[in-house]
Amino acid sequence: MATIDIDGVRKRFGNVDVLHGVDLTIADGEFVVLVGPSGCGKSTLLRLIAGLEDISRGAIRIDGERVNDLAPRARDIAMVFQSYALYPHMSVERNMDYSLRLRKTPAERAREAVEGAAGKLGIDRLLQRKPRTLSGGQRQRVAMGRAIVRTPKAFLFDEPLSNLDARLREQMRGEIKKMHQDLGATSIYVTHDQIEAMTLADRIVAMNEGLVQQIGPPRELYEHPTNLFVAGFIGSPAMNFIDATYRREGQNAFLVVGEKRLALDERDVADGTPVTLGLRAEDIAIDADPEDPGAIEATVELVEPLGLGTIVHVQALGTHIKALSLAVVEHRVGSRIWIRPHPEKFHVFEEATGRRLERKAQFAAELPA
Amino acid sequence: MSAATLKRAGYWTMHYAIIALYVAFALFPLYWLFKVSLTPTKLLYSEGVRMWPSRTTWENYGFVLTNSDFPRFFLNSVIVSVSTAVLVTVVASGAGYALSRFRFRGKFWLVGLMLITQMFPLVMLISPIFRIFTPLGLTDSLLGLIIVYTAFNIPFATFLMQSFFDGIPKDLEEAAMIDGAHRFTAFRQIILPLTLPGIAATLGFVFTAAWSELLFALMLISKTDASTFPVGLLTFVSKFSVDFGQMTAAGVLALIPACLFFFLIQRYLVRGLTAGAVKG
Ligand SMILES: Nc1ncnc2c1ncn2[C@@H]1O[C@H](COP(=O)(O)OP(=O)(O)OP(=O)(O)O)[C@@H](O)[C@H]1O
Ligand SMILES: [Mg+2]
Repeated sequence: MATIDIDGVRKRFGNVDVLHGVDLTIADGEFVVLVGPSGCGKSTLLRLIAGLEDISRGAIRIDGERVNDLAPRARDIAMVFQSYALYPHMSVERNMDYSLRLRKTPAERAREAVEGAAGKLGIDRLLQRKPRTLSGGQRQRVAMGRAIVRTPKAFLFDEPLSNLDARLREQMRGEIKKMHQDLGATSIYVTHDQIEAMTLADRIVAMNEGLVQQIGPPRELYEHPTNLFVAGFIGSPAMNFIDATYRREGQNAFLVVGEKRLALDERDVADGTPVTLGLRAEDIAIDADPEDPGAIEATVELVEPLGLGTIVHVQALGTHIKALSLAVVEHRVGSRIWIRPHPEKFHVFEEATGRRLERKAQFAAELPA
Repeated sequence: MSAATLKRAGYWTMHYAIIALYVAFALFPLYWLFKVSLTPTKLLYSEGVRMWPSRTTWENYGFVLTNSDFPRFFLNSVIVSVSTAVLVTVVASGAGYALSRFRFRGKFWLVGLMLITQMFPLVMLISPIFRIFTPLGLTDSLLGLIIVYTAFNIPFATFLMQSFFDGIPKDLEEAAMIDGAHRFTAFRQIILPLTLPGIAATLGFVFTAAWSELLFALMLISKTDASTFPVGLLTFVSKFSVDFGQMTAAGVLALIPACLFFFLIQRYLVRGLTAGAVKG
C-alpha cells in the first residue's frame, strides 16, 4: 500500500491542454473518488498515474518515489477498466494469474491467490471459462479479480460499474466498499454516479475542464460546495439555482428575487451584487404557512413519487424549482402551494465568479481546517 | 402459401441464383484448365469444344513431373513465395502495429510515402532495379526476387495489418502492461494471438501475389535454374510449341500449393476471435 502524490501535473495532447495543473495528495489506504463531467480529464489523470500516458509537466510520486519515467509495469499498480479489457483468448484463471505469471510467482502460490480472489468474488466456478461466455456482471468480477490477485500499491478504477444495470451496480458498489475495508488499499475511483461517489469516497475530488474544483469528504462537498460548478454537479436531484441580487440595508441583508425578498445572513460582498442562490431540493419545505415571511407561492408542475419520497416540481420565483419531500404528496398538477426554503441552507454564489459567498460571522468557524 | 411467403421464396431463389451464376462464372476457367489438362493431346483439336472429353488421361501430368523442368520451377516458386510471405508479414506486423498504436513525428509523411510507392506502374522500375541488382549479383537469383517482392508488398501489407490492429482494443495491451508486461511482451502474448486472422490474411495475400508474379521474374531471371513457375509456364509455350495439355497440367499442379496454403490458414481467417474482450 502506498501514498500517491500528484504535484502540479499538466497534460497536453498535441496543442490541447487537458490537465492544467492538478495537485492532490492521497494518503495510504485512502479511497478517493474523482468526479466531473465527461471530458474533464478524469481518465487522463488515472492514465498518468498508471503510466499509460507521459506527464507533460509536474510530478507523480508513489510512496515518495518519483514515477514520471517509470513504465507501467514498474509502478506496481492495478487498474480496472470500464471496458474490463479481459484477454479474450485466455481463460478466466489465465486472465487472473497473468500478472503473477509475469512476475514468475510459483504456480502453487499463484493458484492459491487466484482461488482466494475468485472465492471472494464468487467466480470460482467460472475459472475455466473464456471471457466471451460470461455475462457483463461476471466479466466485471473477473476484471476486479485480476486486480486483487496480487497486492499492488494502489488500485485505479475507471468507471468500473458503468456498464452494469442498476441492481448489479448497487450490489457491486457494496462489494467494492467491503473489499476496500478488508484490503485497506489506496484506491482512486472515477465515476459519474453520485451515489457511488458519496458512498465509497473518503474524499471526493471534483474536477472540471482539467482543474480540480474542490477536494474534501463527501459531506463537505455536499454541504459546502466552494463554487457553482461543484454545487451543481454534486447531489441528485441537482441543486436549484435562482438568480438574485444581494442587498444590504443597515444591519439587514437579504436577497431580492423579482418582487420577493429573502432574509439571510450577511455576506462579504458589496450591496447590489448579482448572485446565484442555490437551494437543495430537500431543503425546501412544501405546504408552508402562507403567513410565514419566508414562504413563497408556487404552482405545481410535476409530481415524481420516488417511493422513498416525492420530488415536486414547481414554478416559483420566475423559474422551475424542485423540492424533495419525504412525506406522501397529494398535490395535483396546477395546484397552488406555498414552499419555504430553509434559510440556514442557502448557498450563495457570486454570479460573476461562481465562488461561494460564506456567511460573514461564521466564515472562519464553519470551514473545517 | 401466402403471397408474402411466395415473395420471400422468390427473393431467396433469385438471391441464390445470382450467387450461383457468379460462382460458375468465376470458376469456369479453372474447370476448363482442369478439363484440358486431362484431355489427350490428340483429342484436343479433333473433338472441338466439348464440356468433357470422350477419353481422359493423366499422361500430361506424368510428363510434366518427370520429363520437364517443372519441378525445379515449382520449388523455386515455393522458396520465393514462402520467404516473401513470411518476411513481409513479419515486417508488416511490426510496422502496422506502430502505425496503429503510436504517434510519432513524420508519421503523416511516412504513410504518404508508402502510398506513393503503390501508385507507380511497376514497369517503370524494372530498368533501375536491374541496374542496381546486376553489380550486386542479384539478377538470376532467387534472393533478388525475394527482395523485390518483399519491398513491393510491404506497404499494402502494412496497411492491412494496421487495420487489424486498429480492430483490437488498446485497453487490452494497456491492461497487460499494468499487469506487469513489457510492451513487447504484451504485443507477443496478448495482441499477436488476437491478430492471427489478420496475419493469416496477410500471409495468404502476399503468398498469392508472389506466387503469380510474372513481370519481375521474367526480367530479372534468365537461367532456367532460377526461374519461377509463371516464367516456366512461358517456356512451355516456346519449347513444346504450345502444348496445351502439358501447360494446363502444370497450371493445375501450380494451384495445389496455393490451395494447400489457404487450407492451412483458413481457420485463422475466421474472424470473431476478439469477441468477449470488452463489453459485448
Ligand atoms: N490520446 C488523446 N489525444 C488527444 N486528446 C485526448 C486523448 N485522450 C484524451 N483526450 C482529450 O482529453 C480530454 C479529457 O479526456 P478524458 O478521457 O480524460 O475525459 P474523462 O474525464 O475521462 O471523460 P469521460 O467521463 O467521458 O470518460 C478530452 O477532451 C479528450 O478529447
Ligand atoms: Mg473517462
